[in-house]
Amino acid sequence: MADHDVLVVGAGLAGMRAAIAAHRAGANVAMMSKVHPVRSHSNAAQGGINAALRGTDDSVDSHVYDTVKGSDYLGDQDAIEFMCIEAPQEIINLEHMGVIFNRDEEGRLGTRNFGGASYARTFFVADITGQAILHVMYEQILKAGVRSYEEWFVTDLIIEDGECRGVVAIEMLTGKLHQVSAKAVVLASGGVGRAFEPSTNALICTGDGMGLAYRAGATLLDMEMVQYHPTTLASNGILLSEAARGEGAYLLNSKGERFMDGYAPKMRELASRDVVSRAEATEIEEGRGVDGCVFLDVRHLGAEAIRTKLKYIQEAALDYAGVDMITDPVPIRPGQHYIMGGVKTDPQTRTWDPNGAWKGPRGLFAAGEVACVSVHGGNRLGANSLLETLVFGKVAGEMATEHAREQHDVPLSGAHLADAGARIQALFARADNGERTAKLRLEMGNAMNEHMAVFRTEEGMQSALGTVRSLQERYAHLPVGHKGSVYNTDLIFHLELGYMLDAAETICASGLLRKESRGAHYRRDMTERDDAEWLKHTTATVGDDGRPVMGTLPVTITKWEPQKRVY
Amino acid sequence: MQANLRVRRFDPEAPEPSARMQDYQIEVPEHFTVLDALIQVREEDDPSLALRCSCRASICGSCAMRVNGQARLACKTRLTAVAPEGETVIIEPMGNQRVVKDLVVDLALFWNKIRAVEPYLQPAGPEPEDEYIASNESMLNLLTPMGCIMCGACVSDCTALEVDENFLGPAALAKAYRFIADPRDGASRERLTTLNEYGGVWDCTRCYMCVEVCPTGVAPMDRIMELRDSVMREIGTTTPGARHIESFARSVARSGWLDETMLAVDSWGRFNLPKLISQAPLGIRALMRGKLPKPWPLHHKRPGAEFVGRIFKRWESNKP
Repeated sequence: MADHDVLVVGAGLAGMRAAIAAHRAGANVAMMSKVHPVRSHSNAAQGGINAALRGTDDSVDSHVYDTVKGSDYLGDQDAIEFMCIEAPQEIINLEHMGVIFNRDEEGRLGTRNFGGASYARTFFVADITGQAILHVMYEQILKAGVRSYEEWFVTDLIIEDGECRGVVAIEMLTGKLHQVSAKAVVLASGGVGRAFEPSTNALICTGDGMGLAYRAGATLLDMEMVQYHPTTLASNGILLSEAARGEGAYLLNSKGERFMDGYAPKMRELASRDVVSRAEATEIEEGRGVDGCVFLDVRHLGAEAIRTKLKYIQEAALDYAGVDMITDPVPIRPGQHYIMGGVKTDPQTRTWDPNGAWKGPRGLFAAGEVACVSVHGGNRLGANSLLETLVFGKVAGEMATEHAREQHDVPLSGAHLADAGARIQALFARADNGERTAKLRLEMGNAMNEHMAVFRTEEGMQSALGTVRSLQERYAHLPVGHKGSVYNTDLIFHLELGYMLDAAETICASGLLRKESRGAHYRRDMTERDDAEWLKHTTATVGDDGRPVMGTLPVTITKWEPQKRVY
Repeated sequence: MQANLRVRRFDPEAPEPSARMQDYQIEVPEHFTVLDALIQVREEDDPSLALRCSCRASICGSCAMRVNGQARLACKTRLTAVAPEGETVIIEPMGNQRVVKDLVVDLALFWNKIRAVEPYLQPAGPEPEDEYIASNESMLNLLTPMGCIMCGACVSDCTALEVDENFLGPAALAKAYRFIADPRDGASRERLTTLNEYGGVWDCTRCYMCVEVCPTGVAPMDRIMELRDSVMREIGTTTPGARHIESFARSVARSGWLDETMLAVDSWGRFNLPKLISQAPLGIRALMRGKLPKPWPLHHKRPGAEFVGRIFKRWESNKP
């Protein structure tokens, strides 16, 4: 008998929401994560979560339109509509679970402004919204008594007869390998920021789910769409939330000018992130920056507002840049933050297409940053990512439960555990050739940050792809420095690098495929959006030779025809 | 600059596992945190070094460890802050928890205590269709305990837990406070009843360590003191700890200073004869050596006691 009906890989917001939904639907569900759930990177979402909640001037249609426009018309509009329709109820659900959202004078939920949005529809908890929601979600997991495999690292998805039937994983505290079977698997393992250096992302964001799914035959979608956040610290790439600009912060260049006037006269600092990041990069390139940075200025908001609504980022700026935002502007620059692309799913979060239009293993679902539904298209709006994790996490939990019910209990046939064990022993047996995992990762991160960032060119992307491919060759001989069993992070980093290289290769290859500029994918050699040729998704699946096979899929348009995108 | 790290190592797989200190001298940039330095050691010098870390921005709570004897987030601790002259920085795993390997501890104790306080909202009655109506102040009040990132630093350095593993400890009690102070929670009385028992709010020794080491300003001990107030208000003075507070205040209000004999008698309970008899020799010895003020009715008023009494009266009349 299968160990679980549903196994959720990853225990951030999408994963925990999926587990709760599956539990409520009556499934025997478990979560598995390489870290404790409250260490997940959903913590780092600071600014808030979007919803057009009833009783305001706002409308779901407006939320959909802003998201479609923000995506530069690459988002699938059926999925976006679904997300925005579900959003209000999901906010209420969170509030009932115990999230302490900011209130208005009447004691009802209050909102703040956010980038790319026509109305103030971002619900928030100071500037620790992600943390506040993540911890409440974990409270619900404890309440429900959901089984949680904590600090278990997944090495393989088990695929038999085209069906995902579980995973092989390392229990990190002992080093033991386990096989855990399930009738449905939900991937909710987050993004791949560490393929870039620097990145706002946590050290755990290594694209494990993307690598696992890709190797298991799933389709990666729009991998070229990588978001650079406009306000990150130069010293270590740490994020300062868009909440600052939502509350009214200015962006200033070296002359003290609010330069966004020249790039987005209407929305200024609150234009969408791709637009603001490009503006900053242009200012810096044209010599109106200071030490590779421009400035984020919140002084005019007053000490009280900064201390209550922007407490965390004020501390972060103090801790990591030595600047007190109450008295001084803080130097910031665009930094890698998010990937809009990911494992292709349909709006039901399935990674396979029952009609066969695209490839993927049955029984595998995906939600959150690891997935691409696609609701963010070419550029994600701030405060839409928390929303995506919850709305599609819930769908994934429910759909996986339904799928599990239809499955017969087939015992696993293959020697999955033995295969994985042998592979790890082979890694341990590799001779020390002087290569180090961290060095390879850094070379990849630097190349990606140089060529797959805010501005791209054919030549640059070719160069990044070349670097990644030569790193893949070196990776094939990369030794593991530490051979112990207990909490061997050196082994884990080695395996993570493999996943990141897969993701990085498809990011470069997808970027080269897309012969236009759209959203975050801005090509200096092709500066215009080309709706006639490229109003479509890029796809990558692994070929027989291990190289990505590229393709395209149509974009779903319901009622918002592409228009010129001006902020 | 040069960083000098002395790290407590423990390899459970060694033939005879035992802790040892290992020194690392590395060249690092000025802005480096303790975590940055440890990562550099792990990446360049010693891949066997085990530690937990993730966000690098003091939000995930992974990297709590002892730095120069005190629990801290390694990512929030600049090298120049703990070793301004390039002194050796001593890095050890958190205390009060079993070491798994090097700087990695088993957090089972921590999480078991969190689980023990039923850490989830238990609303009274059916949920409203829309959100609960609550004032922004009542929500902002919860922001402080909600700032807890479950790093375990307070549990590591809790002096009460060190001698009594039954104590719920600062993190779990701060978590309990978060629900009791939440206007939406309907189980406050049940929660307070549990917290009034052995291992609950009265077992804190008020040493302030948790307040000092908490990296996010939760100040768990302050939350525990608020819980004591709630317990006394809602449940009454049923424990020695509560009676201790009550007697203390009564004595000072009456005489302007503390009647320590009555404090002991009240705390243990005036009719708790076995306990009082067992404590009597200690009390008599202290009295004979002049270490206790004379007990009631010989306990005299201090000069100006009436002013102290007035402060109490004013406070009583202003109580919410």
